[in-house]
Amino acid sequence: MIEIKDLHKSYQMGSNSLHVLKGIDFNVKEGELVAIMGSSGSGKSTLLNILGMLDEADSGSYFLDNVPIKGLNETKAAQYRNKFLGFVFQSFNLINYKTALENVALPLYYQRKKRKERIETAISYLGKVGLADWATHLPSELSGGQKQRVAIARALAADPKVLLADEPTGALDSTTSYEVMDIIQSINDEGKTILVVTHEPDIADMCKRIVHLKDGVIVEDKKVEQVRASQYV
Amino acid sequence: MFDRDRWQEIFEAIGKNKLRTFLSGFTVALGILIFTVLLGLGNGLLNSFLNGFVDDAQNVIFINSGNTSKAYKGFQENRKIQFKNEDFDFVKDNYKGKIEFATPRVYREGQAKYKKESGLYSLRGVNQDHQYLEKTIMMKGRYLNAVDIAERTKNIVIGRLVEKDLFKNENALGKMLDMDGIAYKIVGVFQDSGGDNEERIIYIPFSTVQLLFGNNDLLDQINITYNMAMSAEQAIAFAEQIEKDLKEKFKVDPTDQSAIRTRSFAEGIKETMVILGGIYFIIFIVGIGTLISGVIGIGNIMTFSIKERTKELGIRKALGASPKSIIAMVLQESILITSVAGYVGLLLGIFVLKLIGNNLEKFFILNPKVDTGVIMVATITLILAGLFAGYIPARRAARIKPIIALRDE
Repeated sequence: MIEIKDLHKSYQMGSNSLHVLKGIDFNVKEGELVAIMGSSGSGKSTLLNILGMLDEADSGSYFLDNVPIKGLNETKAAQYRNKFLGFVFQSFNLINYKTALENVALPLYYQRKKRKERIETAISYLGKVGLADWATHLPSELSGGQKQRVAIARALAADPKVLLADEPTGALDSTTSYEVMDIIQSINDEGKTILVVTHEPDIADMCKRIVHLKDGVIVEDKKVEQVRASQYV
Repeated sequence: MFDRDRWQEIFEAIGKNKLRTFLSGFTVALGILIFTVLLGLGNGLLNSFLNGFVDDAQNVIFINSGNTSKAYKGFQENRKIQFKNEDFDFVKDNYKGKIEFATPRVYREGQAKYKKESGLYSLRGVNQDHQYLEKTIMMKGRYLNAVDIAERTKNIVIGRLVEKDLFKNENALGKMLDMDGIAYKIVGVFQDSGGDNEERIIYIPFSTVQLLFGNNDLLDQINITYNMAMSAEQAIAFAEQIEKDLKEKFKVDPTDQSAIRTRSFAEGIKETMVILGGIYFIIFIVGIGTLISGVIGIGNIMTFSIKERTKELGIRKALGASPKSIIAMVLQESILITSVAGYVGLLLGIFVLKLIGNNLEKFFILNPKVDTGVIMVATITLILAGLFAGYIPARRAARIKPIIALRDE
């Protein structure tokens, strides 16, 4: 699903440049649930941004579902993001004046789906994250865990190939975190490929594979026995 | 542009950000309101100049005769030139199409008497066209008509003050008035904005005057109005042409200034128009300035609004919004706000002008109004303004990098 070879990225910081990614080789197969771990400054967010086409690598190759991701213009990148990727952010990033339902339906709008279909799809995904009753509520009326569940529903609504979650539990307490991870696991169980960036070991343990990043290189890549979040919920 | 879903998105964004929408709309509405009112007042000024400036029709040409000042073609100088009926017919027939109305004038005086009241009044022998030349307004009864002229009736039309002087509180209409021993029937009472003297005049068929005062066909003056389609320059040339033709007819030296003279307002109107044009131009510049500041205002607010919406736009881009769709969304929102707010401003402006009405007549503002053409232009300007005001912020919005926008907490 994801094939990355010798990926480099550096940022210009005034006169000196900061080499953030120093040759990453990384493959993800369909249906995997991968945790990307590392301390802050290890390059994990940069990697995720490149994977999410929010940023572009300096060198190296990146194939997503056998499509080369290189030199995309804004319009093309927007199209690919819409088609291939679903995002879940630490700070939820819901549009505050739209209801939960409207937020979930938004990616479908950019897929030019009909209004009726958008609403039906959005309702079914809201149901999947257990928030069918909260469809008409604004983000300000939801708890942190509920917001993140809406964000997950939104990321799934467009039926992406890969779900990218950047510290999805970073702003949540542990009980709520496990609830969110429970949802992520059940989505993965249905076959969705998911990448989770986290620095919390217990969250990483709930994935099937852990990739450790340190100073811009992968120092460890291991398969793990998945801890089910449902036992804590 | 006609994508229903996009409009729905826009209405939603507008509806849920009322303060922002109101602020940007308010600027535009105010600009258009001021623009409309200014333009309307300018038109009012124009109307007042055109209507109140002169009490006679503005397109009138007076043709007078006098004594020759130069010997010419065997005639000695100081010969009296006297217009007759045939000269009036000559003028009327010769310039068909160029003339709207034409009347001869014969001046006399009459000692009018009713019961115990009496007074000396100016008599003007005229025909039915004179009403339009003098812009005489009938208060009651009718003006002289073609039958009066043809049959030389003893019907007269008196001024408002003649009625007041002689009839006191009685209604003069239909009464008989004695003038120098002859009884005339009053068929109408008029008013005139030219002042008291104009309202102490008695109009009488010129043919009747000719019959009763010496049974001749002599005329003192010929007045015509030229076709309004003529420009001021054309009108001046026309007056000169009449003068030239009549001089030839009467064998008067073409350079003789006193034998036959034409006088028109065209010259004066031309100057007035230039001044008015200047005033209008200034008003227009001020109006455009106001409009521009309104557009800059909305541009500012849109820029601010884009800044405020950075995160939202970043989210939209992360979810697959193309730069084009972001530009279209911001532009359409901007155009919608400017158009609706501008239209509201326009309606308010027209309402204000209606309220003002003729209340400012003493400041030379009469019937202030804006015409449909201007409104159309203003509407199109508004849509363009919305486009212009929205474009720069929209481009900026499209350039927002989602990654930066999403970091913006």
